[in-house]
Amino acid sequence: MTSEAAESAEAVGTIAPTADPGFLQRHGGAIEYVLIPGAALAGALVVFGIFVMLFGKNPLDLYFYMYQGAFGTWFSWQNTLTRAAPLILTALCTALPAQLGMVIIGGEGALLIGALSATSAALLLQGMPPLVVQIAMVIAGVIGGGLWIMLVGALRQYRGVNETISSLLLVYIALAILNHLVEGMMRDPASLNKPSTREIGAINMIGSIPGTDVHWGLVFGLIAAVAAYILIYHTVFGFAARVAGGNIRAAKIVGLGVSKLILTICFLAGGAAGLAGMVEVAAVQGRTNANLAAGYGFTGILVAFLARQNPLAIIPVAILLGGISASGGLLQRRLGLPDASVLVLQGIIFVFVLASDALYGRIGFLKGKS
Amino acid sequence: MADGSIGLWTVPLAVLGGAIRVSTPFLFVSLGECITERSGRINLGLEGTLVMGAMSAYGISYLTGSPWLGVFAAGITGALLGALHAGICSLPRVNDVAVGIALMLFGTGLAFYLGKPLIEPTAPRLPAIDFGWWSDIPQVRAALRVNVLFLIGVALAPILYWAFRTTRWGLLIRTAGESSDAARAMGHSVLLIRLRATMVGGFLAGIGGSFLSLFYPGSWNEGLSSGQGITAVALVIFARWDPLLCLWASLAFGGAAALGPALQSVGVTSGYHLFNAAPYILTLAIMIITCSPKRTLTGAPAELSITR
Repeated sequence: MTSEAAESAEAVGTIAPTADPGFLQRHGGAIEYVLIPGAALAGALVVFGIFVMLFGKNPLDLYFYMYQGAFGTWFSWQNTLTRAAPLILTALCTALPAQLGMVIIGGEGALLIGALSATSAALLLQGMPPLVVQIAMVIAGVIGGGLWIMLVGALRQYRGVNETISSLLLVYIALAILNHLVEGMMRDPASLNKPSTREIGAINMIGSIPGTDVHWGLVFGLIAAVAAYILIYHTVFGFAARVAGGNIRAAKIVGLGVSKLILTICFLAGGAAGLAGMVEVAAVQGRTNANLAAGYGFTGILVAFLARQNPLAIIPVAILLGGISASGGLLQRRLGLPDASVLVLQGIIFVFVLASDALYGRIGFLKGKS
Repeated sequence: MADGSIGLWTVPLAVLGGAIRVSTPFLFVSLGECITERSGRINLGLEGTLVMGAMSAYGISYLTGSPWLGVFAAGITGALLGALHAGICSLPRVNDVAVGIALMLFGTGLAFYLGKPLIEPTAPRLPAIDFGWWSDIPQVRAALRVNVLFLIGVALAPILYWAFRTTRWGLLIRTAGESSDAARAMGHSVLLIRLRATMVGGFLAGIGGSFLSLFYPGSWNEGLSSGQGITAVALVIFARWDPLLCLWASLAFGGAAALGPALQSVGVTSGYHLFNAAPYILTLAIMIITCSPKRTLTGAPAELSITR
């Protein structure tokens, strides 16, 4: 089980085995936030190993190919980072409203609407300088996705509609709108088998970071995550949001505009997912079609929960889960596992991570002496 | 009216047929979720349960040749997923909404994984009862081909309504949902009541899934359920946790879901995808109309996290 141990050690990061009780007292909480999700991840990998063993596959091969496919070579690293980019952005769609105590799981819908808006902007502005088109695409993607999730927030605030259910229903509605437009008004007559919009044009694609095959979407994601972190933890606005998330009545008593907070946060959350849609169009697909509903929005929910809704922690977690999905192809080719095995593993990880919530504050040696 | 040329009457007929045919999964999932939510817990994972139920029913029906064994297997699969949900939720500080989301992803993923070899073969399907024998019009006959599961579901709704009101189990479930302290004071384990309620809910949702793969549409593929499970969960909320209202709401939803294919069959193809989204739009619209930010919903179990 050496490679598995390596996997888990990698996941856990640096465990700090020190005898100094003062150190544990000071950093016990922070260590918990690394140790417990890491242990949950390791547990999920073990269970998944047993699962594939039932189908006659060697779990050691599984871990080896997962590592190879995710982080083994420069090629797989690039694949991983390319997949991590939209995951960072869709995870923000769940993590930002979570600061207010809202559970929004409709990032996939905002991604699709963002992609549609960005594509529309690019098609309307054909012939303009590429930079103008690209900026317009970013703005359109953010506004499209932002308004989509802002609708969820408004329904919650003004009508009391549960945000979890409404955001998920809106995913299916967004997919219907996308299919309707792609097969109707916006259809490129040349796209026969796979109805699509017209291409935004090679010149308007945002391209790769120099020296790599990783597109600029990764930088968008990193900037968005850091900005979200600063917003939540280092501004008055973020402080107000966390107060409202902790105790909505207290927030009202001290005079916080809760409606404004909810609508703004939801707009930013949806804007992030919409940007993910723009990135997928402008860096990968080049057009809008049903391929965009690739499940980034749903994996983003898992990323947000695994990162404990912390915008900065989302970055490494998104890379990790991007790696898992990047390794799917290799698992399919070398081990003959179905492509859904990535989904199964994600599901197991999610279950373990949630169950591990029960462990916080209960690990004896991290409590120190007080 | 000549045979086969009933013109635009096709649409209401198909909607009626759809109300009967398409509503069955909605009905089973919503009744199951109704039991779970009455006990004070919400299981959003029933979307995954529905897909797992559909896959296992198809697999067992294919392997044994008996669709009814398939239905039973789907129920058992659903109950196991329900037990998993309840088991994780009984840990301290674990959020039932989040666990439901996790199981939604897990159930769908597992069903796709295990169901890969089932896309090709054809499994024996559930038989239908012909209530349209009196008519010469094929569309009427098609609309009235009713599956036994639908009849079971229709019978189950009033039975559950009665059981919630009068039986010992019904009262226990409601007590756990209204006040866990009261249930505990009576000497009952709230976690155990919720475990059983979630397992029964999962059992019913699994059976709802078996209908998808064994009757209508009647095959296994990865696009089989697109949100029927989650729509049914939402449906319980505006049915006010009342099994009888769940029945009517499911019928309305079945009709709405049949609208797209019905219009397509008479040549209205332009808004096909939008009409297919009708159940989701309808759910959202009804939730917008019936919810209120000022008060909790009437009939809502007090312990339910989602309405607090």
